[in-house]
Amino acid sequence: MVEAIIHMRDLVKQYKMGDNVVTALDHVTFTVEKGDFVAIVGPSGSGKSTLMNMIGCLDKPDQGEYILEGHTVNTLKDVQLAKIRNENIGFIFQNFNLLGRLTAVENVELPLIYRGMKAKERRECALRSLEQVGIVDRANHYPNQLSGGQQQRVAIARALAGTPPILLADEPTGALDSKTSQEIMDVLIQLNNEDHTIILITHDRDVAQKAKRMIMISDGRLTETEGTQHESVHIH
Amino acid sequence: MSLFTSIKLAMRNIKGNKLRALLTMLGIIIGVSSVIALVSIGQGSSKSVTDSINSLGTHLLTVNISNTDVPFTMDDVDKINKIDAVKNVSPVLSGRVTLKNGETTTDVALTGSNAAYKSVRNLSVSNGRFITDIDMDYRQKVIVLGSETAQTLFGMENPVGQKLLVNGDSYKVVGVLTEKGGSMGENTDDTVIIPFSTAQRLLGTTHIQQFYAQAKNEASLNIAMMMIERNLYQTFGDSDSYTVANQQDVMDTMSSVNDTMTMLLAGIASISLLVGGIGIMNIMFVSVTERTKEIGIRKSIGARRKDILLQFLIEAVVLSALGGLIGVGIGLIATKIYAVATGSDVVYSVAMMLFAFLFSLVVGIIFGVFPANKASKLNPIQALRFE
Repeated sequence: MVEAIIHMRDLVKQYKMGDNVVTALDHVTFTVEKGDFVAIVGPSGSGKSTLMNMIGCLDKPDQGEYILEGHTVNTLKDVQLAKIRNENIGFIFQNFNLLGRLTAVENVELPLIYRGMKAKERRECALRSLEQVGIVDRANHYPNQLSGGQQQRVAIARALAGTPPILLADEPTGALDSKTSQEIMDVLIQLNNEDHTIILITHDRDVAQKAKRMIMISDGRLTETEGTQHESVHIH
Repeated sequence: MSLFTSIKLAMRNIKGNKLRALLTMLGIIIGVSSVIALVSIGQGSSKSVTDSINSLGTHLLTVNISNTDVPFTMDDVDKINKIDAVKNVSPVLSGRVTLKNGETTTDVALTGSNAAYKSVRNLSVSNGRFITDIDMDYRQKVIVLGSETAQTLFGMENPVGQKLLVNGDSYKVVGVLTEKGGSMGENTDDTVIIPFSTAQRLLGTTHIQQFYAQAKNEASLNIAMMMIERNLYQTFGDSDSYTVANQQDVMDTMSSVNDTMTMLLAGIASISLLVGGIGIMNIMFVSVTERTKEIGIRKSIGARRKDILLQFLIEAVVLSALGGLIGVGIGLIATKIYAVATGSDVVYSVAMMLFAFLFSLVVGIIFGVFPANKASKLNPIQALRFE
């Protein structure tokens, strides 16, 4: 039995939209194991962003239990959530979300700054993770001097810098052309082969096919589809 | 995040938008520089007033007699001179006369007094001698010239020993005063001094209407003042006939007026500091809105509320501190320019500069807290979605 890194049980999240109550997550239960590569696929409004925020510890569930690496996240305070985000999650966003005033290497250093790492050590770590995604030669470029693919590589390097157990990618190829998308997916597959756990959120089935598991989300409910490389039984 | 890293980051954000930063700091710059300039100039003028009152003579009492029905004579002056606490007494008679040396004519103020006048009024003689008691006793027609008067009448010649005409009467120049400069509406440089008794005859008066009394020292000044008042009360029988003014009182009044003015101006300038602080707050609020996305990103990768709060607070403080420093610099330069341009005294007060600078820091903290707090409270999900 492989160690479960994420375990969610009966998660419910509701939003008030005017007078209506929208159920974004409807009793979601699922497990991600260490070294997994899970794609969560769903159309917009299906609740996948809410699920991602929940996994990323940006949001708290109304009901249910969420255990991440042994921490019961749903009971933690904001300060502790920030620490979890810093140490356990590496975010990769659709539109890269790099800070324009900082160079590539400084962007990669950001999570390490909040961890309180010393400047020299920080720089070494950041350069190492830029090396890992093959863009160390652009370390001192500003984001606006880089192409979309290069920016996403820097963003992946930033997610990797703190060596978090989980990489959480929200539509990482959504803003890229198909050739660059392929490159970025190759980087993610490569990282998964190096034993990084990856959760990929997308609306694009072709992208999702590249993952080991594919989970469909619709109206806040999950269904695991057949035919992916990795079978799973932890689905409701 | 360490403080040093935060300050570096703040400097970078400020450098990224120089014009805006400068405009934001302008209020603080104007506030700090005007506080410093006004206080330096104010304290300078306070000091020059004190100096000029001091140069009139030390421990000095001025007595004016308004009652002309009861004659006040040299005998009465001598009685006052016998008071223990009093060191010197000088009766004074003033008038305007025309001086003539050959073809050169000039109108000057004339003072008739005694030998003690030199010590009472802090005068010194650069050439020749001052009036003596014998000159007084024999009503000698001798004259001591102010430095400027001597220059006007005799040019480069040595006036001592020469004769000149005072209102047509021949007088002998016995001395020339050292140049002293004007103070409090009196300028001893363009006056002449003759013996008191001679002046009485020249101006046709027998009354003494004004005299100076010099106390032995600072401590005996009040005693001297009391004794003189008692003596005068005995002579005149009512206290309306004379006034006794203490030089220290005049000085205190003048400096308190000056200090009040200075504080008033500094207070008005501090309002500009407050307005500057509000300007900083305003810009920081704009900056928080503009950087909502950045805040979201930072929060998503593990920044705590405290980290975001400090980042924006430090940025506000760095802005105001920078403004404060520039303000101190401009204040000093403005003061220097004023001093050189007008030739006035200025006093650079380090305490005041420090105070103005620290005040600007405090303004930065107070007005930086609100925007920083707003930034730190942003919901990371909504902040990330912000475009």
